[in-house]
Amino acid sequence: MTPAPFGRRLCEVAGNRVSGGYRVFSLLDREGPEPRAGQFYMLAAATGWEGEGGRPFLPRAISVAEAAPAADGVRLDFLVEGIGPGTERLCGLEAGEGAWVTGPLGNGFASPREVSPGAAGAILVGGGIGVAPLALLRRRLAGRGVPLRVLLGYRDEAHSGGRELFCGAGGDLCPEVRLAFEDGHAGHRGYVTDLLATMLAGDDAASAVVYSCGPPAMLDAVRRICLEAGAPSRLALESPMACGFGACFGCAVPRADGGYLRLCVDGPVLDGAAVAEVAYG
Amino acid sequence: MAELCGIELAHPVINASGTYDAIAARRVFGDALLEDFPFSAFVSKTITEEPRAGNAPRRIWETPSGMLNSIGLPNKGLAGFLAEDLPLLAELPVPLIVSAMASSREGFARLVEAVAAREEVAAIELNVSCPNVHSGLIVGEQPTETEALLRALRPLTAKPLIVKLTPNVADSAAVALAAEEGGADAVSLINTLKGGAIDPGSGEPALAAGHGGLSGPAVRPVALHQVRAVRAAVGVPLVGMGGIRCGADAAEFLAAGAAVVAVGTESFRDPRAGARVAAELEKARIRGVAA
Repeated sequence: MTPAPFGRRLCEVAGNRVSGGYRVFSLLDREGPEPRAGQFYMLAAATGWEGEGGRPFLPRAISVAEAAPAADGVRLDFLVEGIGPGTERLCGLEAGEGAWVTGPLGNGFASPREVSPGAAGAILVGGGIGVAPLALLRRRLAGRGVPLRVLLGYRDEAHSGGRELFCGAGGDLCPEVRLAFEDGHAGHRGYVTDLLATMLAGDDAASAVVYSCGPPAMLDAVRRICLEAGAPSRLALESPMACGFGACFGCAVPRADGGYLRLCVDGPVLDGAAVAEVAYG
Repeated sequence: MAELCGIELAHPVINASGTYDAIAARRVFGDALLEDFPFSAFVSKTITEEPRAGNAPRRIWETPSGMLNSIGLPNKGLAGFLAEDLPLLAELPVPLIVSAMASSREGFARLVEAVAAREEVAAIELNVSCPNVHSGLIVGEQPTETEALLRALRPLTAKPLIVKLTPNVADSAAVALAAEEGGADAVSLINTLKGGAIDPGSGEPALAAGHGGLSGPAVRPVALHQVRAVRAAVGVPLVGMGGIRCGADAAEFLAAGAAVVAVGTESFRDPRAGARVAAELEKARIRGVAA
């Protein structure tokens, strides 16, 4: 893997749009390599960081939702929900502003054949804001002809961003995508993990590799369902993180065999069988 | 150029212990880290005799212009450090200072003897923000404990012994003086300030350990005052740190009497902060001479 450029760099915000209650903003990265799906960046606005009240102070770890070669660099898209001073400032980034960027960081997703040589394909399971890294993964796997299915779960319409990242050229959801809404106004009524359990009960899914990102309770359900079904799982976790490059030791995640992993350098994508439990850190 | 206890440094900015893992950073950033290493000496994360897993999460919490941490000194233990980490740290292009902590004088002595015997190690920093298992007292909070520890360790090595002072005392100058009288070659300050936060979502303490150490620009005025107070009390050189973010901040610590400064939390925000602070200091110095 190409190492990240050493240090943080100033990137220009290329755009920012609404996406189903979340925001998608784009940065033009003139220095970094194209990221792997599942990698993340440490991001901070160049101005208005450490603003009134002294927060946000630390950069925020945000996984990349889409990456594409652009004139003079790589365009990076990030899906963000404003839930605190840092994510709210990132949601407010306007085209032409600057953002401090360190990355790409972390391991990213391995392809199904790297995970399991006989893998029949991939099942992608995303929840809420956690659909982000699966968008880039879906496009990369599809480009390689890997058979895949995508399950996206949302609470309700107001928290359902990033769906357009799973659409084809015509603007419709790709045919392999299925939706679940907890409020039942569209798609499956209930949890996205219901769809996964049903799918893994079918013979055709037994040798698939499951890739997942979402809230801790959902990820832990995915981990358990996959363990019971004997399907390998790759979970992209989230944790409070000050630095993103192994310096702060803040992002500890319990290992199944005792001790802790550092999510920034040992993850953020972990083998579901190696994680003790996905809990709020 | 700068100098600390006879160790020549290319500039006066080093790192604060526990805020930079040069081995992990090299895996992330590649050999560019070595070509443009941000610090003029590297201070390791604190090692202990036995391996430690560290504290349960949650370990960090952002605060106004700073952060709280309760990491719990995860490390591989002395044997793991010597076998796995030291050879990699020896590849860094700067002098190596190893930070060590134990819960007894005998434990400290074993660490100092083993570490000082390695030629890759230029100096040892003693993390004394820990309880002595025999007395139950935090060594660095007690002048008598600090002096006794230094008297026990001083004969073990000719290499510089640096005592990292805790700010969580009424009179850090008295502890610094005790360290000097016990034979310390330098003191470094400040360690983090004891602090806490409540998670507004749960109403419970934000950190799993209940409290943690505060760092970042929020602590800078406290650190500056303590550096001045310690400077007035002792003759040994000081490593000043606490919320340094830029060259101007570092210049304040040098003006307060520090020989060398350390960058900690700012490296989390900017992995090359050490080099940036050093360059800004140098520019300010040239401007100052010109004026």
